[in-house]
Amino acid sequence: MRAALKPGQGPLDYARRPWIIALFAAVLVFLYAPIASLIAFSFNVDKSGVWHGFTFLNYVKAWHNDQVFYALINSITIALISTFFSTIFGAMTALTLWRFRFPMKHVYENFVALPIVVPEICMGISLSMFFSYTGMMSAVRDWIWPLNLINIIFAHIAFSFPFVAVVVRSRLVGFNRQLEEASKDLGASELQTFINVLVPFMMPALVAGALLAFTLSLDDFVITLFSSGPGSVTFPVKIYGMVKRGVDMQINAASTVLIVITLAATLLAMKMLGPGKPAH
Amino acid sequence: MSEPIISIRNVTKEFSGGVKAVDNVSIDIEQNEFFALLGPSGCGKTTLLRMISGLETPTSGQIFIGGEDMAFTPPNLRPTNMVFQSYAVFPHMTVEQNVAYGLKVTGVAPDEIKRRVAEALEMVKLSHLAARKPDQMSGGQRQRVALARALVKRPKVLLLDEPLSALDAKLRDDMRLELTRLQETVGITFIIVTHDQDEALSMASRIAVMNKGGVAQIATPADLYEQPKTKFVADFIGKVNLLDAAILRQNTKTISCNTKVLGKFDIDTDKTCGSEATIAIRPEKLKLTVKKPIGAKLVCKPAIIKDVAYYGDTSHVIADVDGVMLEVNVQNDSRTGGAGVERGQKIFVSFNPHDALVLTE
Repeated sequence: MRAALKPGQGPLDYARRPWIIALFAAVLVFLYAPIASLIAFSFNVDKSGVWHGFTFLNYVKAWHNDQVFYALINSITIALISTFFSTIFGAMTALTLWRFRFPMKHVYENFVALPIVVPEICMGISLSMFFSYTGMMSAVRDWIWPLNLINIIFAHIAFSFPFVAVVVRSRLVGFNRQLEEASKDLGASELQTFINVLVPFMMPALVAGALLAFTLSLDDFVITLFSSGPGSVTFPVKIYGMVKRGVDMQINAASTVLIVITLAATLLAMKMLGPGKPAH
Repeated sequence: MSEPIISIRNVTKEFSGGVKAVDNVSIDIEQNEFFALLGPSGCGKTTLLRMISGLETPTSGQIFIGGEDMAFTPPNLRPTNMVFQSYAVFPHMTVEQNVAYGLKVTGVAPDEIKRRVAEALEMVKLSHLAARKPDQMSGGQRQRVALARALVKRPKVLLLDEPLSALDAKLRDDMRLELTRLQETVGITFIIVTHDQDEALSMASRIAVMNKGGVAQIATPADLYEQPKTKFVADFIGKVNLLDAAILRQNTKTISCNTKVLGKFDIDTDKTCGSEATIAIRPEKLKLTVKKPIGAKLVCKPAIIKDVAYYGDTSHVIADVDGVMLEVNVQNDSRTGGAGVERGQKIFVSFNPHDALVLTE
């Protein structure tokens, strides 16, 4: 006999089956145990990897470690600036692809998505060569902060704006063109329609895209390494350098701060967007 | 008569690929009319409406609105407003913001916006829902928002694109009355696009029946129904039995014709016919009787009932006359028995030739 449904159980009530609950739990542990242990050990008094007692000392040390501190400030600065520009460029790209018909549109559309799939190492090398040949690599070295980070910012915009474009583009597919027509019919100009109708509709995608760009920029290592000169170290690059010299709980502390920042940004964005925004 | 509020002159709209959605259409629409563009899907009625609103531009021709050629004026500068088929209510704005939008973007003073929005919401009976978001409202309510949003602009012409198609049957009847009431209250021209002949007949003061991009006939609802010019119009507006007939004789006001099914009879007409024509008889003009009816002028044939469809107030009966199916509508005016006929019954079908119509196109 085939397995029968229990009374009151629908055919899609998979979540009530014990083995599925167990699987969910296992996935959660697999995903979050490393992060949880990283955070836990940031409060450890010892660097041996064995729990020796609770302390905030690692945070204090990291805060007073100028190199770690400036690397973190660099990373956040780069992330904020590159997010700002990649959100604008990404949104504009998405709008262009959605709104207009032009020759070779398909080719262009695919090329925009290319940086998403191109191996980071290739992009890193090409950017590195670009900055060297143009003299930007050495030129920016003496510029004042944050202009000395401009190469990294350019690189980050280049690889993160396609992500924004893809997110915004897929949201625009669900846009009811009659909303735009209604706005114009009611007397709004092209610009007024854009600001009052299209931008509010795109907002969830803009926020999601911006968040994506922000986190991508914040933890990028490969491309950053290739496009940064000697003076400009970002947080992931700095941590890599420190790990090479041995484990230090300061790294955990600084990483925890980074997690808290991204988490806070995500929560803020979710709160801003509100629950269940309809797609039309 | 005063100058028409909208005058469409030889308008043609050709889409890429050479398809003519609207083909050399000319229509005059008077002040305060409730005008309907009626036709099957793909007949060009919506395209025509969109050209009046400015959301499309014609390939050739002129569109005068209030005496001015506005064929190429952008929609935001036209004295027309549209109620869209999908309502197109802005989802991120409250009802009040939706209605205020058209005034705000054109720089109307805040005091006046407030007053006019309140007035418009009152008019569509939505004042109590002013703070709601569209996703918390029913389809009918959203449509009222769309209506208020358009009317608050005080347009010279209100355009409605299939306004009732998304509502359920009961709501559709209410909204139909509501729209007629609104049109009388605000006293502006309404142009409605619909594929539903009942909608057009019951609401409009005049109807343009469109077919394949052209206008088949423009007339009042009663004239369209009783005096259709072509077979297409007769068939599209209501139901009709169409019979091929040979014309035997034509006098000044009458013709004698011979139909295969119903035999020879004379009909009054002022049309000039060739040797052939089509005779149109509405189902309710045909009578069913058990005995052969008495009346010198009546045309009468024996028939067999093939099918009876019960609709509550009426029954639609299919009567087989020598292999040709005729549709007959019977009023169910007694509480017992419905149409009073049953399938397979032998019966007489009769009609007065006065009630039949000669169609040559």
